[in-house]
Amino acid sequence: MSRDPAALHYADTHEWVDLDSDGIATVGISSFAIEQLNDLVYMDLPEVGTILELGQEFGEVESVKAVSPLYSPVAGEIIEVHSELPDQLEKLNDDPYDFGWILKVKTSGEAPSQLMDHPTYQKQCAEAG
Amino acid sequence: MNAPDTTSELLKTPLDQWHRDQGGVMVPFAGYEMPVRYDSIVAEHTACRTSAALFDVSHMGRLRFDGDGSEELLDHLLTRRVRDLAIGGVRYATMCNAEGGVLDDVLVSHLETPSSRRYHLLVVNASNRQKILRWIEPHLADFPTVTMTDRTDLTAMIAVQGPMAIEIIGRLFKTDISRLGYYQATITEQFSKPVIVSRTGYTGEDGVELIVRAEEAKRVWENVMLCGRDAGFAAAGLGARDTLRMEAAMPLYGHEINESINPLEAGLGFACNLKDRSFIGDESLRAIKDSGPTRRRVGLLVEGKRPAREGCPVLVGDQIVGEITSGGPSPTLGVPIAMALIQREHDAVENFEIDIRGKRVAAKQTSLPFYKRK
Repeated sequence: MSRDPAALHYADTHEWVDLDSDGIATVGISSFAIEQLNDLVYMDLPEVGTILELGQEFGEVESVKAVSPLYSPVAGEIIEVHSELPDQLEKLNDDPYDFGWILKVKTSGEAPSQLMDHPTYQKQCAEAG
Repeated sequence: MNAPDTTSELLKTPLDQWHRDQGGVMVPFAGYEMPVRYDSIVAEHTACRTSAALFDVSHMGRLRFDGDGSEELLDHLLTRRVRDLAIGGVRYATMCNAEGGVLDDVLVSHLETPSSRRYHLLVVNASNRQKILRWIEPHLADFPTVTMTDRTDLTAMIAVQGPMAIEIIGRLFKTDISRLGYYQATITEQFSKPVIVSRTGYTGEDGVELIVRAEEAKRVWENVMLCGRDAGFAAAGLGARDTLRMEAAMPLYGHEINESINPLEAGLGFACNLKDRSFIGDESLRAIKDSGPTRRRVGLLVEGKRPAREGCPVLVGDQIVGEITSGGPSPTLGVPIAMALIQREHDAVENFEIDIRGKRVAAKQTSLPFYKRK
């Protein structure tokens, strides 16, 4: 199954969210963010069971040039972490929305109102240039 | 991710439009808008190590000294001897304050124009240009025959660095630049226009740095790109410039050196001629040399994939013994590398730990540079 970027929710900090009918949010980072970061070398991920607040820093991704914190676009408990991802960061470039998922979070089921739909997010990216 | 900083009131180099046209990602650096990369930093880094890379280094300050006494003035200001610098010679030096702290690290060249006019050229860091101009200004009064001219805005500077650089671009110049020795410079012509060619660089590779008039910059840049197209030349940004200089263990001002770090602890003793000379900072540096510097710059290979960055504490057991000055992934070695200033009593330790934002990572000391060309 392949995830459609146009159907996802986005945080202004470039994380994407796929919220299913059971309230499980799958979280990743957008292709725009990956392109901006460029040449990823390291990703630090949290533990399963961690309770995240909305906007809380949950890890970091590091490129050749800089470290960027990752912020949770949802609130809830981490139920799964994509632990193979940090060793295969090169795949994130080609497949940010399927292979590139980072966390699964058990949420209340409501998408936070701060999140943007795809057209709004694309507009933000275009403005960021 | 955080949003990138917005840029305002920044200076542009004569190659600014070229960078934008080629998709350069522009970032503020030392008051200029500069390309950090065009595509991939790693690809640009690799082009430099295997073929050649072009860097716009027009932001670096270029100060010209004319008139009798120029070499005496510079000799007084620099930690390295300038009086015996022959025509065509280039030297790396530091400029220090009276305490021996580094105000800047520079290249000084002694050049002769086709009309036999001789002058000295000082290339300073972009971030330090105004400070250095202010530092030198009062000393000019003691050397009334010397004039200092800031040539930065009138000229552009292009570095062409890599194993294929000299061979491929040699044909562009009126004189045979392959006969130029390492750390030598000459004024020649490219397409009937004057160009300073200096066999120097900041990547650990062979290559040249070219200084041309600002209005010639785009033409020269494009000529070099065209000349090297089949050989795999690539334009490279500040990102690759940083990973390349780190592998070559070259200091970056504000990191390995600053006003509270002296050149001896930074491993730049070779750039300090302390015998039989008088220059600003000489007494302090002699005293530091006699007692031995209290810290030393060392190289570290960091375990795992996570780079240790500037500011990370370096530990032996639970004791902080130093701090990372620069660090990042090494595209050539495939592991993270770092340089650190370590207290003297611990500078021979083999196994350190680095505190990377709360997590301890092992690091092994290694000799510098991390990379040396064959």
